[in-house]
Amino acid sequence: MEPNHSNQAVAPVLNSVPGQSDGAQSSPETLALMGNDAIARGAWEAGVQVAAAYPGTPSTEILEAIARYPADDIQAQWSPNEKVACDVAIGASFGGVRALVAMKHVGLNVASDSLMSQTYIGVNGGLVLAVCDDPGMHSSQNEQDTRLVGRFAQVPVLEPADAQEALDFTRLAFDLSEQFDSPVILRSTTRLSHCRSLAKVGQRREKESLGFRDDPVKNVMLPGHARQRHPKLLEREGSVQDYLRNSDLIRWETGDTSVGVITLGPAYSYVKEVLPEVSVLKLGMSFPLAEETVRAFCDSVERVIVVEELEPFIEHELHALGIEAQGKAFFPRVGEFSPEVVRDGFRAAGILPGPVLMLDTTELDIEPLVRPPVLCAGCPHITTYMAMRALDARVSGDIGCYTLAAVEPLKAIDTCVSMGSSIGVAIGLAKAGTETKPIVATIGDSTFLHAGIPPLIDAVYNQADITVLLLDNQTIAMTGGQDHPGTGVTLRGDKTHRIDFEELIRSLGVTWLKTVDSYDVGALYQACRDAIEHRGVSVVISNRPCVLDPVKIKGPAFQVQAEGCTACQTCMNLGCPALTWSEARYEGRCKITIDQALCMGCTLCVQICPSDCIQTVAPEAR
Amino acid sequence: MNSPLQSTVVAERRHSAPGESTAATNVLVVGVGGQGVIMISKVIALLCQQHRLQVKQSEVHGMAKRGGVVFSHVRFGEQVYSPTIPAGEADVVLALEWAEGLRWLKYLNPETGTFIVDTQQIVPPFACRNRKPGGLPGYDQLTVDQIRTRLPGILALDASGAATELGNPKAANTVLLGALSTALEFPAEGWQELIAGAVPARTVEINRQAFNMGREWALHPPTEAPRLDKSPPPASVQTLERSVHLEITDAWCKGCDICVKTCPERCLVLNAHQVVEITDPGACTGCRMCEWLCPDFAIRLHSSIPEPE
Repeated sequence: MEPNHSNQAVAPVLNSVPGQSDGAQSSPETLALMGNDAIARGAWEAGVQVAAAYPGTPSTEILEAIARYPADDIQAQWSPNEKVACDVAIGASFGGVRALVAMKHVGLNVASDSLMSQTYIGVNGGLVLAVCDDPGMHSSQNEQDTRLVGRFAQVPVLEPADAQEALDFTRLAFDLSEQFDSPVILRSTTRLSHCRSLAKVGQRREKESLGFRDDPVKNVMLPGHARQRHPKLLEREGSVQDYLRNSDLIRWETGDTSVGVITLGPAYSYVKEVLPEVSVLKLGMSFPLAEETVRAFCDSVERVIVVEELEPFIEHELHALGIEAQGKAFFPRVGEFSPEVVRDGFRAAGILPGPVLMLDTTELDIEPLVRPPVLCAGCPHITTYMAMRALDARVSGDIGCYTLAAVEPLKAIDTCVSMGSSIGVAIGLAKAGTETKPIVATIGDSTFLHAGIPPLIDAVYNQADITVLLLDNQTIAMTGGQDHPGTGVTLRGDKTHRIDFEELIRSLGVTWLKTVDSYDVGALYQACRDAIEHRGVSVVISNRPCVLDPVKIKGPAFQVQAEGCTACQTCMNLGCPALTWSEARYEGRCKITIDQALCMGCTLCVQICPSDCIQTVAPEAR
Repeated sequence: MNSPLQSTVVAERRHSAPGESTAATNVLVVGVGGQGVIMISKVIALLCQQHRLQVKQSEVHGMAKRGGVVFSHVRFGEQVYSPTIPAGEADVVLALEWAEGLRWLKYLNPETGTFIVDTQQIVPPFACRNRKPGGLPGYDQLTVDQIRTRLPGILALDASGAATELGNPKAANTVLLGALSTALEFPAEGWQELIAGAVPARTVEINRQAFNMGREWALHPPTEAPRLDKSPPPASVQTLERSVHLEITDAWCKGCDICVKTCPERCLVLNAHQVVEITDPGACTGCRMCEWLCPDFAIRLHSSIPEPE
């Protein structure tokens, strides 16, 4: 079965419930929504008029889903980074309309400079930050807990557990934002953002624009004004706590009173799965804490257990209130929860008995196959990192698909820190003066626009002897092929100004600049070699579109002429998934074969094969 | 025995009737990025939705396209809490690739679970690292019969081969859906309708055939175990004794760097005198690239393995 066009093609089919949309009953429509789709729907229903984001797994689909609503309803856009996106939303809020900004947890670090001041200012139109954490780090460099940022910024943090709540809480978040004059964080996690469940949807309620409110003490954060605003933050925290006394956000499910479980988000569903009988207090808001209800709940049960992913946030709040509660003694502080993890935790706490029956495969000795994600067949990043390895460079890498080149067989990246940090790190390595190898920073096109421009200015300004390799694959590949200012296309698919990287980089003062085709192995090696020999800042732009997005590129496949293959394995060093071992051997080593379905004809293996035995498939055989 | 759909005996299988009990029915779909795992789970989810059941489907995006491990949990019933299936509670593990099936086997309900697996093997570049003569891919050598000793009801079929024979290798997952349809009690027509709606119009007919093929096969499976598509090399190759030694004539080396750049194992360097040197003799596989490419005949390989004609 091959999907028609793309994954998305099925979504509309799945989202429509046959037999419910027709019929006389005007009951609300039920759709199967992914958490991120539900957040988008909630925003649309809440009358949001401006939404902005920078893509980042697991939050990317929120803005993509919002962009499927009419442009007349919502101005939706990709911004170059999360801070800009946050500022855009803040500006819209100043303008008196409801605004949403979406990001992954580490994106909030970038946006937090604005958030920390905006929390003093408050809002005019409702302002919501949808922030998606990634416990277990499915696709992230850390697993920081956004609730701590919520407390740091003193803004309410809502915690939906499924698609229905993601939709309802998003709608509510805007009301709360306006009611309490505060930005609100809606915290999701991978398991909510990427889980599909049923949700009843409603209609859009248009919010009338309030227009800009002229109030310098509130809107202009000078020291004198900020001093007046800070006490209001503390008052606000109290008001939200008062609100929580009678709010559905805190749900008390009375059960067996020997154990009371306080839980929130997707962890709630695991608790209900493994321990359906106990009393549960489900928190829809983690900050501020619903102190009064929590106290009453804890008094009503004999033993209090807190089940929360990542940091012991609620547990510490309880301890601060003098409530005896246990949590991280039984449940891990690292990684993602699952029914098994929660079951093991309750077992460790002596609440659940004995081990679960599982298939005994010990005798079979199954060794799980190591199958890490790899760069795609024909990925233009492959040659650039082959060149880096061949030139024996000290490479500071960045965030993107190309980080996969850090492991064998390419193994050509020495450091990777955060978005855009490669260039700054390279400058530091050069300034440390300890490095004997040439220093190269490698950075993707979108990452460069996100946070790579200021450090390149620094490199020129401070005359660092580094080479910057800009990997321009003309898309944000890692998150699924989103557009950015370098593609000249907007979120809604409209044509716009396209950044000319050469022009941009020259304007920063870089004098040594060369653009090469990533598939031309010889030219790329030569350019990198020349760039390294240049004293001072040199930039090589290696340019080829991503093979997956925006269009899947497929050319005629190549094949190995088995007689000529000496099984030297040179091509296997590309790490190309289309290359694998055949059953034929030469001197005991496996010869190579090419998967015709995967090969997209990039010719990299053809260019490096010392035996010249990789050739095109004869036309009649195609 | 020409049909690619050769299989093992089917033991007792549980038929989970939708809505029969309050416990959720759990289907775990697993495979490799790009195989269509998410697509399959969406079809199941939609079918449940049509039968007015609660359904939760959970997957992880991001790495899926890049050839990594892909899995999708589908849970349905009157009331579903957790979006993921607890280990040991999957009613069906549906694997689109052999090693992926083995990886997730521990999720299967050991008493009533059904294990449906495509015997095709996708060997990733990472498993092709043991390049010494006689080296084997890092891929599990377990056979269907060995798994059957623990799991008599295993449904192992060469769905990819069957689909290729039908004329479209991409229909392999529809063959598997056909087999799956015998383990879940939704009417066959419902599946067919959904699949027809989810695939391009020109492939509707081939997918209908693929579904029927999988369903027929699972209802009346042949009794022979299918061959896994990769066999270990002959014993003579596996036991190959290797001893290789590089002889470098320093005086003839001019430090041109060709062998260093060409060595697939990257175990040659130029030393301080700009003369080639082997850094890790243990890594040398005896491929002779350096010997053949050296313009100055400065490298000779001494190998106990006879050079083929």
